[in-house]
Amino acid sequence: MSIIQILFYLLSGLAVFAALMVLLSKNPVHSVLWLIVVFFAISGHYILLNAQFLAIVNLIVYAGAIMVLFLFVIMLMNLNAATEPNQHIWMKLAGVIAGGCFLVMLVSLASQAGDMANKTVLMKEGNIGLIKELGKILFNEFVIPFELTSVLFLSAMVGAVVLGKKDNTQ
Amino acid sequence: MPINYYIFFCLTLFSIGIVGVLTRRNAIIIFMCIELMLNAVNLLLVAFSKMHYAAAVAAAPDTTVGGDGQIFVFFIMVVAAAEVSVGLAIIVMMYRNIHSVDINFLNRLKN
Repeated sequence: MSIIQILFYLLSGLAVFAALMVLLSKNPVHSVLWLIVVFFAISGHYILLNAQFLAIVNLIVYAGAIMVLFLFVIMLMNLNAATEPNQHIWMKLAGVIAGGCFLVMLVSLASQAGDMANKTVLMKEGNIGLIKELGKILFNEFVIPFELTSVLFLSAMVGAVVLGKKDNTQ
Repeated sequence: MPINYYIFFCLTLFSIGIVGVLTRRNAIIIFMCIELMLNAVNLLLVAFSKMHYAAAVAAAPDTTVGGDGQIFVFFIMVVAAAEVSVGLAIIVMMYRNIHSVDINFLNRLKN
């Protein structure tokens, strides 16, 4: 077993374990911290695939910015105690069974797909994920969507401010 | 690595996200599970991008086949960041009104 395979299994196991812990922890702060572990494992996967730009962006945007936003909201609302009421066990069981059926159905579909047979992924090689190549593609073919995202961000910013503003009319 | 391994791994992460959305009642944790599903899809997109690149690089060494998959991941991250900012603002407003983030209280549309 090569070092790439060992790293793949290690990172996959870490990501799945941390994702399960996101669900199982009662304290929302612990859930956020486990989700950061998931994002670090996925960034490790990106590095294994030599998608260096996405690995760094994933760390900065997800593990850095979005998760800090989640932590701020949880701590501002003082939710860091387990406040979730115990719901019926059958409801949880139904959710787990539905998700498991979804997983089994898609795994059986993907393992039977003829298009996916004998296809391999290029690991740790290939310069398609470097900033130079991605920048060329982004600013040649995708320049209009790139500019449109600035409008999206502006509207999201205005929307967040309007929603978060204290209502003084009443 | 065979592409099937990546498909199975990403499907597992996606299903964990779905189970989280179905079983948890805390709105913030449901939101985090949505982020988990988005990340599973992102990883699968990158894996498929490298799969197509591996097929094309043998013929032409300086090909850019598969690069648009990684640009897609970039745009998904952008949309996720915007979605999180608006969604957390909605959750804060909901907490201000009903003093809870339990989604079971949000059943006023039912009656």
